[in-house]
Amino acid sequence: MNKLNFLQPDKNNLNTYLYTGVILVALSIFIVFLNSFFKKDLISFLPGTLSFFLPLILGFIGLHLIRIEYSGLKFLDSINKNINTNNFNAFLSLLIVFVVIKSLPPLLSWFILDANIAGDSKDVCTGTGACWTYIKIWFNRFMYGMYPNAEQWRINLSFIALAFLGTIGFFATEKFKKYLTLYYVVIYPVIAFFFIFFFISGGPIFFDFSYGIIAAVISVIIGFFIPSKFKMYYFIIVPITLYILLKYVFFYEELIELGKLEALEWVETGAWGGLSLTFIVSFFCLIFCFPIGLFLSLGRRSDFPIIKYFSIGMIEFWRGVPLITVLFMSSVMFPMFLPEDMFIDKLVRVIIAISLFEAAYVAEVIRGGLQALPRGQYDAAKSLGMGYWKMHILVILPQALKLVIPGIANTFLALVKDTPLIFVVGLLEIVGMLNLAKTNPEWLGFAMEGYVFASVLFFIICYAMSKYSYNLEQKYKTER
Amino acid sequence: MENRGITFGYGFLSQESSFDVQFSLIEFDGSHSYFRAYLVGLLNTILVSVIGIIFATIIGVVVGIARLSNNYLINRTAAVYVEFFRNIPLLLQIFFWYFAALRALPLPQDTEPMFGFFFLTIKGFFVPAFIWNNLDIFIYSIIAAIISIIFIRIYARKKQENEGIQTPVLSISIGLLIILPLLSFLFGGVDASVEVPVLKQLSQSGFTYEGGIKLPPELISLALALSLYTATFIAECVRAGVQGVSKGQKEAAASIGLTPNQVLKLVVMPQALRIIIPPTTNQYLNLTKNSSLAAAIAYPDLVLVFAGTALMQTGRAIEIVSITMLTYLSLSISISIFMNWYNKKIAIKEK
Repeated sequence: MNKLNFLQPDKNNLNTYLYTGVILVALSIFIVFLNSFFKKDLISFLPGTLSFFLPLILGFIGLHLIRIEYSGLKFLDSINKNINTNNFNAFLSLLIVFVVIKSLPPLLSWFILDANIAGDSKDVCTGTGACWTYIKIWFNRFMYGMYPNAEQWRINLSFIALAFLGTIGFFATEKFKKYLTLYYVVIYPVIAFFFIFFFISGGPIFFDFSYGIIAAVISVIIGFFIPSKFKMYYFIIVPITLYILLKYVFFYEELIELGKLEALEWVETGAWGGLSLTFIVSFFCLIFCFPIGLFLSLGRRSDFPIIKYFSIGMIEFWRGVPLITVLFMSSVMFPMFLPEDMFIDKLVRVIIAISLFEAAYVAEVIRGGLQALPRGQYDAAKSLGMGYWKMHILVILPQALKLVIPGIANTFLALVKDTPLIFVVGLLEIVGMLNLAKTNPEWLGFAMEGYVFASVLFFIICYAMSKYSYNLEQKYKTER
Repeated sequence: MENRGITFGYGFLSQESSFDVQFSLIEFDGSHSYFRAYLVGLLNTILVSVIGIIFATIIGVVVGIARLSNNYLINRTAAVYVEFFRNIPLLLQIFFWYFAALRALPLPQDTEPMFGFFFLTIKGFFVPAFIWNNLDIFIYSIIAAIISIIFIRIYARKKQENEGIQTPVLSISIGLLIILPLLSFLFGGVDASVEVPVLKQLSQSGFTYEGGIKLPPELISLALALSLYTATFIAECVRAGVQGVSKGQKEAAASIGLTPNQVLKLVVMPQALRIIIPPTTNQYLNLTKNSSLAAAIAYPDLVLVFAGTALMQTGRAIEIVSITMLTYLSLSISISIFMNWYNKKIAIKEK
């Protein structure tokens, strides 16, 4: 056996060093583990500072001994390769491991072990942990805002129906695939609007709903007998004509009565709130900001000076100001320019403001994609005799949009994260509701639980969105 | 507009404002004009933006480099940090720090000092202030150091171009930055003493600290949230920039005999910076615009003081909102013009 010199470890006696190293690292982790989980200090006999740093020093020496040579043991080698490449890395790795071990018990105890969820009043929350009872009691408010409890099924129904309609794209057969874009861009938003208008808002707002249904049914029935060549034009012209005829020429009183949905109680938008409002605002802003942004980006590259400078002005203006001032403008300044008797709902104003604001960002993202396309694509499309719109719809935009999926996803994420700002105009989505609940005299002192809850919700939503965009990006990736 | 009896004009700016601002860098009370209120708000916005930018850059660069580390734990920790703070709305983070985290701090009378002279209390942070004699000489010495560093850099570059010899610019600059202010202490009559905050009783149960500088909790939570949030984006910019330098560049640099440090300094960093700087500037701009969220926690920034209080008092919505928007607009347009110029300057010149 060779001489052992721990100050200069070498390749001889490798096994001795390895065992010593593993034991030292295990010991250091064990000390910290006991200390943080069971409040037992094995090394309390040492002076204060030393006992604080001893695990770190032990682990550091241990890792150093493990690192001296390739050992052939799978576990040790993967440690060496991943977290133990040099002294600095070893030190940082140890530090991270210790911090995680140290911070686990307090976090666990706050979140789960000492937390309360039973009961339905503040009195049950006596422990040092979180008071999830608070979230439980206020859950409906955080989800639906001031929406009446008895009517909340309307929101649930609408959201479930819309979620179901949104997944239709996955089940569409090959035959209907080509209509999917039309469905998602035009039909789906209209359906969503109807749902929100009729179910969530509800009330005796008159709408020519019944005329529309009858016109649609008749035109579908006749549609079976129309040659497929004209079907496209037929389905645009006939329903509208029928609708106008029904409404202004035949005019049945009974149909008006049918069109009124009096069964549902009207809930004004001021009472909407909570997470459902976050969804509603994000959904409509997403739908509106994309086409506006698309047109602005095309306009910015247009040859007509008026369109070009108008687009540039719009983009730079909305990008240059903070969203909060835009919302200020929509709530304080905008009504002044309206005629005396005209009134636009707060929610609608907010949706318009956020859509315009985010559209400017979308426009810049899409412009990046348009600029990234080589000139040859434009020239090729033109040489095939395509006009401006045909060229863009068939050749340019599919390629450009594919390139900018991550950018658009980021903008959409920013939009979702900007929705809490609508507190400026007095609409309370989930963060606003939290602030309201926090000031309730019966439930003072639970700010932390509320914010943690909302953070987790937002994290799940946004993380899912970013992962989905990553999947999309991978799916549409083509080698160029 | 006319039939609503609204008049239009900017004359109100010189009127007496008759409201008070909690925290301002320049002297302000009710007798000052609305224009001065605007300045107070603007300065507060700039203050929190500058603090946020400095910390966001530091955290962002560290985390961005950590994400490139081949150490699995460091890499994962940085990734978790980025994913976590990026996916939570900034407003929620500000509320969290202001209403939840900083509210858990002790009252002034129960506070244990940190390092002997920092007091973290529920009423804000109290830090020692420096009391200077001949502060101007000290500042002049720093300015002189900076100017001489610029000259040395120019000289070093010329020397390298002509003779191929590198001068250790960094160590000379650090030395100058330390030595010149030190000299001003020794010979210029500059003198600094530290004023530590002292606990003082206001009433039966009301305590506060006197002396030193008080950082209000609004400023701290805002700066904290802004820098933690923006740092995640900067980290991604840094990561993208360093990854954007092709491997061939590093290999080529190594093959002509540069040391790893020289490869990083002379080959990788200049190219990475070209990718990093434009999006990072955008993030700075975003941070400045996001600082308007201060209105939510009553930090007296431009939006709260001017578009909030002043608007409520005067009722001149159009003028005030337009001034506020113009301020932000001119700020961001001037930066974007500068960025365009900079992009053109550093763009690779291709034939």
